[in-house]
Amino acid sequence: MNIYLYEVKTYFKSIIIWSLSILGIMLMFMSFYTSFASDAALMDKLLQNYPEELLKAFGMDSGLSISSILGYFAMIFLFVQLCAAIQSANYGFHLLSVEERELTADFLMSKPVSRRKIIISKFLAAFTSLTITNIFIWLGSFGSIFIFGGGNTYSIKNLILLLLTTTLFQLFFLSVGMIISVSIKKVRSVLSFSMALSFSMYIFNALQSILGGEILGILSPFYHFEPAYILKNGQYNMPMVAISIIVIIVSLASSYILYLKRNILSAR
Amino acid sequence: MNIIEINKLTKYYGKARGIIDVSFNVKKGEIFGFIGPNGAGKSTTIRTLLSLIYPTSGSAKIFGKHIIKDGPEIRKEIGYLPSEIFYYDKMKVKDLLKYSASFYKKDCTKRMYELADIMELDLTRRIEDLSYGNKKKVGIVQGLLHEPKLLMLDEPTSGLDPFMQKKFFDLVVEENKKGTTVLFSSHILAEVQQLCNRVAIIKEGSIVKIEDIKKLQEDHYKKIIIKGKDLDVKKFNIPEVKELVKNNNELSFFYNGDINKIIQTIGSGIIKDILILDPSLEEIFIHYYK
Repeated sequence: MNIYLYEVKTYFKSIIIWSLSILGIMLMFMSFYTSFASDAALMDKLLQNYPEELLKAFGMDSGLSISSILGYFAMIFLFVQLCAAIQSANYGFHLLSVEERELTADFLMSKPVSRRKIIISKFLAAFTSLTITNIFIWLGSFGSIFIFGGGNTYSIKNLILLLLTTTLFQLFFLSVGMIISVSIKKVRSVLSFSMALSFSMYIFNALQSILGGEILGILSPFYHFEPAYILKNGQYNMPMVAISIIVIIVSLASSYILYLKRNILSAR
Repeated sequence: MNIIEINKLTKYYGKARGIIDVSFNVKKGEIFGFIGPNGAGKSTTIRTLLSLIYPTSGSAKIFGKHIIKDGPEIRKEIGYLPSEIFYYDKMKVKDLLKYSASFYKKDCTKRMYELADIMELDLTRRIEDLSYGNKKKVGIVQGLLHEPKLLMLDEPTSGLDPFMQKKFFDLVVEENKKGTTVLFSSHILAEVQQLCNRVAIIKEGSIVKIEDIKKLQEDHYKKIIIKGKDLDVKKFNIPEVKELVKNNNELSFFYNGDINKIIQTIGSGIIKDILILDPSLEEIFIHYYK
């Protein structure tokens, strides 16, 4: 319990910054919605003139009109997902590598705790932190739509379905970050690793939209949990969701095994 | 009774040598010195005993329990001072020590303040603002606050000024009198001679010798360098003198015997300068443990 509490405390600042930024992004983008919607017909026409590939890359080709609330929201949520991906990957790469990078492992591991307890406490602390951010995402979604939605109706069920995927989406990046960090000798810079992971996933999904086919999509949780798909169809792309779940389980299990066996490097 | 039993412990980092077939026992209540030059494998041995790294082969027991399987159980009674001290930089000293204490199921508050007082440690400062020596003090308090039965000190004196070093040695001796067993690693022979009952000497990953400190003190070598013109080499051809080297106007050798005798021998000639030194550990290895 003491490790868990200590870890949550160290995440505190980061949780606040990420949560407020995500909230800010949602409110800012949704505040433009009113002007979008008032010229709905014009807007749809304008977008038709853009190259199809560009629309696809930004998730605006789902058939949901960009002038409808959820059509517009799908586009925003892609940015929210990108933020959540970076945050989750940050924590994933950080949590098992920090003691070795900052050489505090000798302190923590010479205490009467098992590696098992250390990894579980650290994982739960990161997961708690992500869940707090997740709560802000829920509040931001409903809040911004309520404030700037202009009283237009939308499918609450579909929105809830989308928001429910955030936990899995976060776990994907958290667990993949963890397995990579324990598979390599040293994570020198967390941010470069997490940026590389989240942006490459984002780009895989964008490429998939442009090129078509599911091969590229299999790799990317941005495709597994594509906002436009869920908001339009009111259901999940089940085979893809299953892939995410498998990746999460395998990553967590192998991180656990590797961490228990790991030789902790010293300063020299 | 043996507190530490090490049996043919071997550790390779990939292909690089860590330690090879290290075996020795540390008895209850003794201060056991572990001495060797840098990179000989002292830290590797200690970090293996703490399960920070896992042995390639061989095994070890502490308190009669298996170091890996019973690791968390064993570590309840171990105080460890790493050779390089690093702590969570953003924390205050007090918070770090409290965090450290929270791992032990007893109230360590009183002992924590006592130790901080002895080591003159300011508890209100941030770790990142501390000098190396002060961080070392944090390490000492952190390693001792739960009153462990076994202390593992990995080069504990580096970074401490002589005054603090003395206080620290007093502390170790005091703990030892209360029944604490100590494993004391160092590359400075004089330190070990001052504190320890027995020593293991490690070189290039292998134990060269395990010896009573009394035996080491009998062989009290001094390194003597004399400078002057027309030095008479023949005078120094006596059994107590070893490794005699003449170099222009300089004569150097190792001496083990009655110090008065050699002073008289030196005094019988005219010299410009004289140096009498404690031989370095490397020199002892080269000349003594050949």
